[in-house]
This record gives sequence, structure tokens and C-alpha cells, in this order.
Amino acid sequence: MMFESLSAFLSMGGHGPFVWSAYGIALIVFGYNIVAPIRQRKQMLREIRQRMDRDAA
Amino acid sequence: MWNWFHRLGSPKTFYAISGSLLPYFCVLAGILLVTGIVWALGFVPPDYQQGHSVRIMYIHVPSAILAQSSYMMMAAAGLVYLVWRIKLADVAVQCAAPIGTGLTFLALITGSIWGKPTWGTWWVWDARLTSTLVLFFLFVGVMALRSAMTGKASAGRATAMLALVGVVNLPIIKYSVDWWFTLHQPSSFSLTEKPSMPPEMWMPLLVMVLGFYLFFFCVWMLRIRTEILNREYRSQWVQELVQ
Repeated sequence: MMFESLSAFLSMGGHGPFVWSAYGIALIVFGYNIVAPIRQRKQMLREIRQRMDRDAA
Repeated sequence: MWNWFHRLGSPKTFYAISGSLLPYFCVLAGILLVTGIVWALGFVPPDYQQGHSVRIMYIHVPSAILAQSSYMMMAAAGLVYLVWRIKLADVAVQCAAPIGTGLTFLALITGSIWGKPTWGTWWVWDARLTSTLVLFFLFVGVMALRSAMTGKASAGRATAMLALVGVVNLPIIKYSVDWWFTLHQPSSFSLTEKPSMPPEMWMPLLVMVLGFYLFFFCVWMLRIRTEILNREYRSQWVQELVQ
């Protein structure tokens, strides 16, 4: 570990805002890329069932 | 070999194979990314000039590499679609674009955040940054063209063409740091030479790059599988699967 305390870890030698915002934005982009296709899939399965019902009717 | 290739091009086979492989890839991607991030944030020594802001590199470099790689893969899929008319390749083009947009955005924004403490500016209109911004707009353009032409038979061909034309931009990004005077430093890595960084700095970077690659493949597959269901919903196997 390169840091002696939690506060040193958070401040990153004065570069804290830069480092943490970069990692934070990365987390958001990755999170979106995980959640979006999962939601898309659920929605698609629902939609296909509706299409099938419509086609059967 | 060709036979195998053709069967993989059939949506049904692809759906089955990707479904059985995906969990392993997702777990591996997760392990690599978590390892890489912990390593990069807590254990990499601070740079003697940049201090701790060098940790931004472990997001910036992998996302920039993947931004270009994912474009290359999208364009390759476009070429396959134009030449062999394999429908799955068109699905691949469509599904790569939004992920690539996100990765290029991440490369640009982390570059900007890293630039402020290192160069003293958020943004300069130099060759590397501008050509990467062009890459971002190419991804957006592919998505916009697709959604503008939804339902038209020519949508796949048009997007594949746009993706292919945009490949010109990739060597410009790559060589921009050598061709023009720029703030952006040249690449520290190549396949032929020893890295100019100590191992305790490039090893976590390698882990992150691999993690980003696997992550891209995983979310690409997730999207492709959904789009296969969308396009093949009339076929019997999809109807059985959905019920």
C-alpha cells in the first residue's frame, strides 16, 4: 500500500479531485454499460411475448 | 473450418455458444478489473513528476486503446457484412457503436481530467485530441444513421459503409503524436520494444487493458444476443426460448 492513512489515500497528494472524478466517471460508464443491456434484454423478452400474442390473435 | 465458421454465423448457434461462454468471460472480466483498480489506486508508486495523478492513466490508456480497438472491430464486422451478407455481422456493428461511444467519451473525459494537473489545461485542439473527438463523432454518427434508417433494408449497408470510411481516422489517431507537434506524449508501449516504464507501473496497466477488452466483449455479446432475439423472433427456437 502506498498510503499511510485513509485521508492520504483520499487526498492523493492534492490530486484527489482529479483522480477520484476520473474513477467515478469510469464507474458510471461501466455501470451504464452493464445495466443498459440487461434492461434492454428484459424489455425485449416482454416485447417478443406481446408480438407473439398479437401474431397468434 | 469454413463449415464451423458458417455455423457460428447462424444466429441460433451463435446464441447458444455465446450463452454458454458468457458467464466465464464476465467473471474473468470482473476479476481483472477489480484487481487492476485496487492495484492502480493503492499500490502503484506515485510518479516522480506527476505524483498521484498518474493513477488516472489506468483508466485513460485502456479506454483510449479500447475506443480504437472497438471501432476497428465494428468496422471489421461492417466489412464482413458488406462482403458476405452475414446478418450477424450487421447485428455486431449495431451493438458495438453505443459501447464504443461510451469508451471514447471515457478516454476523452479522463484525458481532460488528467491534462489539467499535468499540462495545466483541460483541452487543447491538437492532433491527438481532435482526432479522438472525431472518433467519438464517428461512433455517434453510426448510431444516428442506424436509428434514422430503422426498418429500411439499406440501413445495414449504409452504417457498415460509414464505419468503414471512418477507419481512415484510426492511423491519424495513432500517428498524430509523431506527425504533429502536440502536448500529448507519444506511446510508451509497442509490441516490439521494451516498455519505457518500470514493471510495477505497466503490469497493472496490462491487467486493466485485458480487463477492458473482456468487459467490452461481454457487454457486446449481451447486446448482440438481445438484438438476435429481436430480429429472429418469428423463428421457432426464439419462440420456444421466450415461453
